[in-house]
This record gives sequence, C-alpha cells and structure tokens, in this order.
Amino acid sequence: MTNATKESLHTTRGRPQLFTSYSREMAIFNTKVKRNWAIVGILALVVLPFFLQRDMVALITTVLIFAIGGIGLNLLTGYAGQISLGQAFFMGVGAYTAATLGGEAKGDVIGLGLDMVIWLPLAGLVPALVALVLAPLAARVRGLYLAILTLGLVFIGEHIFKEAKPITGGAGVGRAPAEPVFLGFDLFSNQTILGYRIDRFTIFYIACLVIFLLLAFAARNLVRSRFVRSFSAVRDRDVAAEVMGVSLLKTKTLAFTISSFYAGISGALLSIVIGRISPETWNIFLSIDFLAVVFIGGLATITGSIMGAIFVVMLPKLVNTLTVFIPGAGGVGDGSLLNVFELQSIIFGLLIILFLILEPRGLYGLWLRLRNYFKAWPFSY
Amino acid sequence: MEDLFASIVRGLGLGGLYALLGVSFVIVYRATGVINFATPALMVLGAFFTGAFGNAMGLPFWLAVVLGMVVMAVMGLFIERVALRPMVGRPAFSASTVTVGIFIVLLIVAGRLIGSELLTVNDPFGLNTIDVFGARLFTIDIARLIIALVAIGIVGLFLARSRTGLAMRATALDQEVSLAQGINVGRMFGLSWAIAAAMAALAGALLTAGSSGVETTIALVALKALPVIILGGLDSIKGSVIAGMIIGIAESLTRTYQPLYAPWLGANFDVIVPYLIMIIVLMVRPYGLFGTKEVVRV
Repeated sequence: MTNATKESLHTTRGRPQLFTSYSREMAIFNTKVKRNWAIVGILALVVLPFFLQRDMVALITTVLIFAIGGIGLNLLTGYAGQISLGQAFFMGVGAYTAATLGGEAKGDVIGLGLDMVIWLPLAGLVPALVALVLAPLAARVRGLYLAILTLGLVFIGEHIFKEAKPITGGAGVGRAPAEPVFLGFDLFSNQTILGYRIDRFTIFYIACLVIFLLLAFAARNLVRSRFVRSFSAVRDRDVAAEVMGVSLLKTKTLAFTISSFYAGISGALLSIVIGRISPETWNIFLSIDFLAVVFIGGLATITGSIMGAIFVVMLPKLVNTLTVFIPGAGGVGDGSLLNVFELQSIIFGLLIILFLILEPRGLYGLWLRLRNYFKAWPFSY
Repeated sequence: MEDLFASIVRGLGLGGLYALLGVSFVIVYRATGVINFATPALMVLGAFFTGAFGNAMGLPFWLAVVLGMVVMAVMGLFIERVALRPMVGRPAFSASTVTVGIFIVLLIVAGRLIGSELLTVNDPFGLNTIDVFGARLFTIDIARLIIALVAIGIVGLFLARSRTGLAMRATALDQEVSLAQGINVGRMFGLSWAIAAAMAALAGALLTAGSSGVETTIALVALKALPVIILGGLDSIKGSVIAGMIIGIAESLTRTYQPLYAPWLGANFDVIVPYLIMIIVLMVRPYGLFGTKEVVRV
C-alpha cells in the first residue's frame, strides 16, 4: 500500500462515499465500515456452529453450498444476462465427478477413493469443461432461448445420469458421495483438536466455509475485472458490446464456464450433505431453486446471492416453525388445507413473483433501501 | 409395417397435443414477448377441472372439456392481470421468471385439488381401438389429432378474420402503434393469456383421456412443447403445428424402434428425443422453421 492510499483511508473517515483514488473506489472493501463488518461477519460464521444444534449446522452448511452455486449462476444470469435453468445439470456433473474420484467402489459402481485435494478442483473443472464444449451452442442463442436450451440439458442430463450405472448407481438406487478426506484428514468424522471434541458436522461446516470464502472472494474480485465488465456490456446491449470490440462468443463462453465451475463445486459439496445421491436429485426443481436464489437475492450482486441462499434454504425451516400459527396448515395427510411441504412451495413461488414485481433488485435492494434510509435519518432524504 | 403405421398415428396424436401446447406458448409469446413457463401447470389444472366436471357433476365429456377450458380461460385472465401486467415494460426474462413462480404455485394448487384419489376425465375413448389397413390404432390418438387441429383452426380463423383477432395481431406487431390506434393493449394481453390457458386446458383433457388419470407429473409432457416451439419458431402458429407433428412422430418412432435397434441408449430414451432435436435445431437454425429471423439493432 502506498502512502497516498494509506492517507486516503484516514481522510475518508466520516465521508465514506468520498474516494480520492480509483484503486480505493474499486477495492473489494472500499469503505472501512464494510471491511470491519466483513471481518465481524466471518468471525461470527466461524463460531456460529458451536452454539447451534446439529441439524441447524447441517442447514447452514447447505446455505453456504447454495451460496456457492448461487454466486456462480449470478455471474451468468445477473452479470452476463444469460438466464440458465441448467444449474442442476452442472451440479450433477460435479457431484458425480467427485463421487467417482473420491468415493468408494461398491459392487458395479466405480470409486477411486482419491484425496479431496484431487477431487474438489476436478469437481469444478470437469463441469467447466463440459460447459466449454457446450458453450458455442449456448453462445449462439440469447436470453430466453438459453433458458429453454438449458432446460433441455437438465432432462438429457437426467437421462444420462440414470443410464450411466457404473458412475451414478442408476435410477432409484444412487450411490454414496465422495469422501471428504483432505490430505488424510477426514472432514466428515468426529475429531479431537487440542483436547476439544468437535463433531463431524461442525468440521465439515468449517471446510465448506473456507471453500465458500475463497470462491466468494474470487467472485468479488472477478466482478471488478475487465472480464465481468464485458459480461455486463453483453447483458446491457450485446450488439453495442460487439461493436466496441467485446467478443460475444468469448464472453458468453467464459460466463458459462465460470458459472459451471461454481455449480460443480456446489454439487460435489451438496452431495456430501445429502449423504446418498440418486440421479433424480439433479432435476429441474433444483435449477428453479437456484434461479430463486439469484432473483430473490438480487441480480448482479455477490452479497445478494448469499442473502438469497440464506433465504431459500432457511425458508422451509421457518415455515415449519411457523406452521402452528398459520390457519389451515398442518402435517402430511391430516386433512388440513395445505401440508408443510405444499405451504413451503407455495410461499416460495409467491415470493419469486412478489420480488420480481415489487423489488426487482431483490433482498439486496431491500438492504440498500434500509441502509439509505438510515444514512439520512432522521431526514427522509 | 403395421408397427410403423401404428406408431406414426400415435405420433400424430401426440403431435396434436404438442401442437396445442405449442400454440399456447406462441400466443403468449407473440403478444407479450414472454415464454410462459406456467403452461404445464395450466394444463394440469385444466385436466383437473375437466375431470371434476365430468365425474363430480356427472356432465358429459364434451361439456366438461368446454367448461374446463372456460374456467382456465378466466384463470388465465386473472393471472395475467395480477402477476404479468405489473411486469409490462420490464425485461422479458424477468417476466418469464415470474411465470416460473406461477408454475410452482399452480402446480401445488393442482396437486392439492387432485388429492390422492384417482381422477379420470371420464372420456368416451378409453383404450378402444379400431383396425385400419390391418393395423390396430387407438381411437384416442385419432381424436387427439382431429380435435387439436380443429381447435387450432378455430384460433387461427379468429386471429385472421375477426376484428379482435386483427387487434391482437397488431398488438403483437407493435404495442405502441396499436395503442395509438385505439386498441386496448392490456385487454389483448389478457385475451392472449385466456386463449393460451384454454388451449392448455384442452391439451390436458386430451392427454389424460385414454390414460390412467390426472396427476401433476403430466406437467413434464407439457415442457416437451418447448422444443416444439423452438423447432417451429417462437412466433409461428403454423410452425408449432408442423413442428408438433414432427416431434410427436419422432418420439413415437423412437419409442417403437429404439429398444429393438439401439438398446444401449437406455430405457425411456424417447422422452429426451424432443430435447435432442431442439439442440440440433438451435445449432442450425436458431429462429426455427417458420420463425421470424431476429434482426438486431444497436
């Protein structure tokens, strides 16, 4: 850090919107407040599992995994404007790559039992490679056509997953996921560290947190780069972007590939949380879940995707807790108007509709409104 | 030889369904630029109402179908007014995502309405067969084809000849100019949704006729109409009829011959044939057989 930027750090105290250099404005944490809150947030995330029940730890692990996939889809849908329903397919490819390389062989099912150091990067790279092969096709079509194309991909993928029995175990049977053994250290078993006994859910949560933080920061960094600027140019007006020298093919290919990398990692980790994966897991409804993460969280914001993931994963739990207070809701098959699962799905669908109509910027938009309100408080503007 | 003839007829029956659903997609797309992902759910609900009118109220099949279509048309109007009208002027992909939300909500509503008991549409076809040229054909397939073509013909005539149809076509062409000419554009949007929902309901009734019963899983059949509109062109009614037939026959032939000649492709391969055709079409002719080639300007 040079002296000039160091100085600007101090001079902007109290005037957070005043930037005295471009590098300052473009920094990941362009204000001190943001940086400090991020540190507090990360610390809170690290200690959180020690205060929670086991099932809640598994749930917040799922939140992190959904956030990874959501960030990936947001790079494609939010930044590059390419709406994709294919996230489930790429997650499936990632999960099966991981399971084949890192899982145990059982019967006819292949499993090489390799270390996580090998299977985790490959769980991202293989889907990315698949996306790279498919990208020329995806780059030919725009907007809604891509949604339909990737919808087809999910169905074709489900068929392939069902038929490729040595890799996936086949329809209705499934297989065990990869074993998260990192350099000989099992991340999914109870461990004793420095005399403290830590249960396996917490250990795996911490591992997911580290992966999540790495990928989230990578995405934040990427968003500042010229690559993602070209994504936005393509989203806003593709012809204009092309005239300005942005290659549509290269840009869309890159967006599709990066997005699939994130999806693959997310799928591999999700399969471990689920415990046993069957080809039916990677269906169109999982893709819709991720679309909801992006749209409810807010398009073209990394923070928004994290908020969206929290929301989408926590909603069922919340609805479950609140069922007793909602008239007409009840358990499965007890003659009530809607059971818990139906209620969850309906609320989920309604929220997608309501957010798009009332607050297209999503949860992140709500946060911006709240922040701006208190910035000028007690004045209205 | 009989096999071939029988599976082509079955394909045409299936094609009739796909054509109906394709037209349902096309009408909404032409009017509003939105791909209506809620169509499958509208179809399931349409099948439910037909079954409910036919069974619970004991009405004859034909009357039940028409009533089901009317109920769904009203529902289409309502959905457009409540969920889609506020999205006018927003990017088409946001509005299409709204229809994904509608899909989820309607599918749950349909599942709840159908319940756990078997519901049939009480149709006169069942598993009846007739012998034509030595081949045994299901009457339902022939009925599907004829009814679908008649329904699409009526919609086509309405669009081509009536004053309202002209207004709808004008709206599809240019919304602002039609507004300036005194057309109530919002009403045209509603009308497109009503027609689309009615077509989907008819497809639902015909799909469930001659098969086991109304279930939410039939929604997956309606998604296969998306390859149809890609093949036919997103904005062409003629295209979706022809593409519907092509895809229906291709799927049916695959179902007959793939297990014999290419068993390595796996069970139920016919289900993904439409999507494979779609991918090939997108590579060669992204705007489809009869679609308008997109002209882009900065």
